[in-house]
Amino acid sequence: MSAAAPATDMPVRKPLNRRQSVGLVFVCTLLGAAGQVLIKTGARTSATSAPWTTLSGIWTNLYAMATNLHLIGGYSLYALMTVVFIFALRDEELSVLYPVIALTYVWVAGLSIWLFGETMNLPKLLGILIIVAGVGVLGKGGKK
Amino acid sequence: MTAATATPFQSMVLVGIASFVGSFGALFLKTGAAKLNLGLRYLFLNGRLLLGVALFVASSLAYVVGIRHGELSVLYPLVSLGYIWALLWSVLFLKERLTRNKVFGLLLIVLGIVLIGFGKT
Repeated sequence: MSAAAPATDMPVRKPLNRRQSVGLVFVCTLLGAAGQVLIKTGARTSATSAPWTTLSGIWTNLYAMATNLHLIGGYSLYALMTVVFIFALRDEELSVLYPVIALTYVWVAGLSIWLFGETMNLPKLLGILIIVAGVGVLGKGGKK
Repeated sequence: MTAATATPFQSMVLVGIASFVGSFGALFLKTGAAKLNLGLRYLFLNGRLLLGVALFVASSLAYVVGIRHGELSVLYPLVSLGYIWALLWSVLFLKERLTRNKVFGLLLIVLGIVLIGFGKT
């Protein structure tokens, strides 16, 4: 008799190592930064004068948000980021991967200077360097 | 005094809620991701992933509204709380080990976010 059919429809898969999983989250942060810049723009361009305190006001605000191209683009990138993040989470601990998402702040700080005319200053520079160092500590391979 | 008046309390509450809700989103994405080993169709047929995404969406909406007003030097530290919640849930619910590297790396990241928030104000 032939062997029993495998229980899954997946071939045997080699799990990603920590470096590879953190690499996927690195991609997530690039997608997230682009998404966040679009959402930041969308937050401004979708603002209405309608109040959030009445039902019709809430409807007006939600409609403005749902039809705003910046927000649509931004949330689409967030959706893609989420899928990539899920594939990273498959093989690595949440407590390692979730804080790596903070690299997004590094890219957003850079993009804000480029796109929104913000300036670089000492706190921002220090913050960026410290976040990168923190991600380096978390991303170190070896013992789990 | 100036910080309290420049940043509406509502904004702080919204951003705080966003960080809390988002950390649960991450928790459910992690538990849902394990099901992918049964087949890639479980990327969609997956209640936990769906719940995780829904929590992320709710978190993002609260965040969009929350950062509209107020100072980022006040709001960013609240955002970074989300990473601390997530570490807590990882240890409590996922039984992940709390290592020196995780705590040290996380503290650096939180400090970095706080500094960027100050730099942006």
